[in-house]
Amino acid sequence: MNIPSDLKYTKDHEWVKIEGDVATVGITDFAQGELGDIVYVEVETVDEELEREEVFGTVEAVKTVSDLFLPLSGEIVEFNESLEEEPEKVNSDPYGEGWMIKIKMTDASEVEDLMSSDEYKELVGA
Amino acid sequence: MKNTALTDKHIALGAKMVPFAGFNMPVQYEGVNIEHETVREHVGVFDVSHMGEFFVTGPKALELIQKVSSNDASKLTDGRAQYCCMPNEDGGIVDDLIVYRINEEKYLLVVNASNIEKDWKWISKYNEEIGATMEDASEQYSLLAIQGPKAVEAMQSLTPTDLSAIKPFHFEIGEFAGMPEVIISATGYTGSGGFEMYIKNESAEQVWDRVLEAGADYGIKPIGLAARDTLRLEMGFCLYGNDIDDTTSPIEAGLGWVTKFTKDFVNADALKAEKEAGPKRKLIAFELTERGIPRQGYELFNQDEEAIGVVTSGTMSPSLNKGIGMGYVLADYKALETGILVKIRKNMVPAKVVKLPFYKK
Repeated sequence: MNIPSDLKYTKDHEWVKIEGDVATVGITDFAQGELGDIVYVEVETVDEELEREEVFGTVEAVKTVSDLFLPLSGEIVEFNESLEEEPEKVNSDPYGEGWMIKIKMTDASEVEDLMSSDEYKELVGA
Repeated sequence: MKNTALTDKHIALGAKMVPFAGFNMPVQYEGVNIEHETVREHVGVFDVSHMGEFFVTGPKALELIQKVSSNDASKLTDGRAQYCCMPNEDGGIVDDLIVYRINEEKYLLVVNASNIEKDWKWISKYNEEIGATMEDASEQYSLLAIQGPKAVEAMQSLTPTDLSAIKPFHFEIGEFAGMPEVIISATGYTGSGGFEMYIKNESAEQVWDRVLEAGADYGIKPIGLAARDTLRLEMGFCLYGNDIDDTTSPIEAGLGWVTKFTKDFVNADALKAEKEAGPKRKLIAFELTERGIPRQGYELFNQDEEAIGVVTSGTMSPSLNKGIGMGYVLADYKALETGILVKIRKNMVPAKVVKLPFYKK
């Protein structure tokens, strides 16, 4: 299982990449494997400002619907619209082309609450 | 939780296992989309040994079946099978099943795993007066479904029986994969053709291995329950517990074609009256005309956003790459091409009523 060491993680199996005050968010390799073939990613919160832990979208596999929780408070500034046509990119490249949203953070101190790759490895027993 | 005779095989193949109807079952191996496509284009094998098997025998066998089944089993001849449901006394359905006539005094009833106990009690109740001989053989039989357009070619080397000669809803009892007396039935739940093989548990592992070997040149893969569901839904086959249950009538579920009023059976009078009056609601098939995936339990609305029904099954169709579903709506909205709305989370997503099957070869 791929858990890159340069990313941060959440207990909801999301990864976060911090660049300045913008955070890119997707779901982890573990999460995509558990969900199976992803057939739909819905994000209708672009331009909204949400608090950490609020639902920003939904990911649907063939048999399941899962909420996506915002890892950091901020404004959703971008959705990876290519996932509308090719949601399978979340399976094939979860840390790359399968990224989901970018957030403009409103409270940088929240980053400290995210998990390191080692902590996440422990969570999923990798 | 029960295992099938093949549980170790599934785990060794890396299947994701889930509890289903009290059994530890493979939900997927490689991935639902590739498994779905394998059955549509090539051939796949499913372990569906959780299904229940009852034998009904003796001179009263047909009388008992006729009493509990909605269909007319007197039309069956040796080597033929028939889909039907068992109506309850309150307008609903106890289960849907397949009745096989092995001979004049020996029938096999194949029922849903989740209903084995309920069905056994239900049939037994009516058998008190009739007195047929009943045997629950569910724990002795395994069931492999070998489905797909290549099923005949891929399996022919395993049996002296001419597989291409078995017509849909016919069966033969013969040698298969080195085992005697296998019921080789041209039935299935995918719409892509193929067979269901009823084998004794002690033979199951050998048969499974030989099926995978014989099918290797034809691209055979093991298929899990997730693809079984997308395959059956693309055909519009009802799933007990979703589309039909103790509260839905065969008439509103579109099972009028297996509900024959030429004979007497449980609740026949009320169902006949319902058919003549027209049911108040109807099971329809619909597809979304915009992006989205309908799911069981989502509400259905008319164009004025008035509630008209509920989704009973829904998925993203792997073959059609669009959201498809079935659900009950008020009878006013059952006509083909009727525009309806599916409430998906907070959005009203447009859909239209379509004809089954969703998937056509």
